[in-house]
Amino acid sequence: MSLSNLTRPWAAFSYGFLDPSAKREIRRKMIKAIAVPGCQIPYASREVPIARGWGTGGLQVTLTLIKPASVVKVIDQGADDSVNAASIRRFLSRVSGAGETWDTLAATIVQSRHRIPEERLRDDQVLVLQVPNPEPLRPVQPNMSIARQMHADADYGRLWLVLYEQMVRSGRIMQGAAYPALVNGRHVMTPSPIPRWDVPKLNMARHLTFLSAGREKRLYAVPPFTRVEPLVFSDVPYKVEDHTRLTCHRSGLTGVFMNEIPQAAGGSVFEASDSHLGIKAIRRAEGDAAEIGPLWYQNGEFRG
Amino acid sequence: MSVLDRLAPELITGAPLLVMQGIAKRYGPVVALEDVAATVWPGEVLGIVGESGSGKSTLLRMMNLEDTPDTGTYTLALPEVAGNLFDLDRFARRQLCARRIGIVYQNPHQGLLMGHSSSGNVAERLLVAGERRFATLRARAREALDVSEFPLNRMDDPPRLLSGGMQQRVQLAKAIALEPALLLLDEPTTGLDVSVQALVLDTLKRLQRDRAITMVIVSHDLGVIRTMADRVMVMRRGRVVEEGLVDQVFQDPQHPYTQELVHAKL
Repeated sequence: MSLSNLTRPWAAFSYGFLDPSAKREIRRKMIKAIAVPGCQIPYASREVPIARGWGTGGLQVTLTLIKPASVVKVIDQGADDSVNAASIRRFLSRVSGAGETWDTLAATIVQSRHRIPEERLRDDQVLVLQVPNPEPLRPVQPNMSIARQMHADADYGRLWLVLYEQMVRSGRIMQGAAYPALVNGRHVMTPSPIPRWDVPKLNMARHLTFLSAGREKRLYAVPPFTRVEPLVFSDVPYKVEDHTRLTCHRSGLTGVFMNEIPQAAGGSVFEASDSHLGIKAIRRAEGDAAEIGPLWYQNGEFRG
Repeated sequence: MSVLDRLAPELITGAPLLVMQGIAKRYGPVVALEDVAATVWPGEVLGIVGESGSGKSTLLRMMNLEDTPDTGTYTLALPEVAGNLFDLDRFARRQLCARRIGIVYQNPHQGLLMGHSSSGNVAERLLVAGERRFATLRARAREALDVSEFPLNRMDDPPRLLSGGMQQRVQLAKAIALEPALLLLDEPTTGLDVSVQALVLDTLKRLQRDRAITMVIVSHDLGVIRTMADRVMVMRRGRVVEEGLVDQVFQDPQHPYTQELVHAKL
């Protein structure tokens, strides 16, 4: 049994795999999510032919947004060529007739896990983030009913309490990924497991961002030009990962987010996490005309 | 102004801080409170005594706006609020509780986050009130714990690793961190052994003397009330049966129930 037996060739009735009623439901919830930035909207997460926890949330949002003229890019931990990213991208293209790309500049829909591309997203692009745990309050309040009341009350003291205790214990903020951020001055969201490096990219961004958790059946959104402020103490500034001095050992890129690759002989080398940016940099070095768009960061500094 | 008014201490002639009137609450057929009135003047300590089930804790929960009565009004003489506090919306109520009312529960599990550090528990109170500077949070948490005579070398231990007396001190530090207008104590020393009880009461007494905090203390232990309170309210079956100065009530109880209570104590 293969995917081609399981999926019908696309027809007007069930375009994009999901049936029309499912898409209508998700579309309504997406509009709701845009209307209340950062607020988690419950939705009826449907079955899609990948396992829960592998990006079903993001996939459903993408399937709802997709049209034949779309061009999709799928990222898994910054890479376009990992198994999960490749199979999701192929599936999207198969059920919708949309184009596939690795290039951030060419994409209209970017579905991602763990990273936001290093190239600045435009206002005609939509970013869809796969979220494993949409509830920022879960570490401090295991009871989800009470957590929802806390959201309603904007009662976020305990999230700061977690940061306070990290400062007391370690002298600095230890929260690496999924750094809680206040959206539009009202709801605190967890921006999925993206690193601290990527959180400023959501603030006053030109693009629309959806964050969707398939297993937890919640989606939320950051509309364009919306404030996204990471929770910080006013006397302890927000710091992104310090990757300024690191150089990609393959492409020679500097000032972008790096993956550390341990070596058998000990020590480690670094590689640009945004794999296609690395590929484009190599092509340019080889004399090809690969266009690299404007980057969010320059020399490790975020450009507002 | 009559002679009596002039002779009355300043405490009684000023405007009261807390006024509760006509409080009634039923849980189905069970009458929890029936036409209860309470008045507390600034800087005063009001004790509430009564047997289990007399409604004293329910009354205290209402003072902390955790519970609402079927009928009755509650006002606090504070600049930011006016009118019946039971009519406040959820948000305003929470803000008022966080900023102006401190509470110490009998069971520390009710008032503390057991998994977080003790100083963090105090800091959380400040965070809820909007403090966002780490250095200030740290300093004020330390100060509040110090005032509560908590050993500062343990300030970053979670309360679950602390003794009962120390847990009560953390609760107290949390309650007074924002210098509340009203401090509510719900059986603060019940369950502690006698020597620790004396130490905690000592701290409370000193705090009261130094800062003139208005307190309402609920206890079934007459000794605690006698040490702490200026005035006492005796409750039974949801009603106030006797009210007056502590010395007066305990030396010359009028109501048969109070007589029994005082007699049993002696």
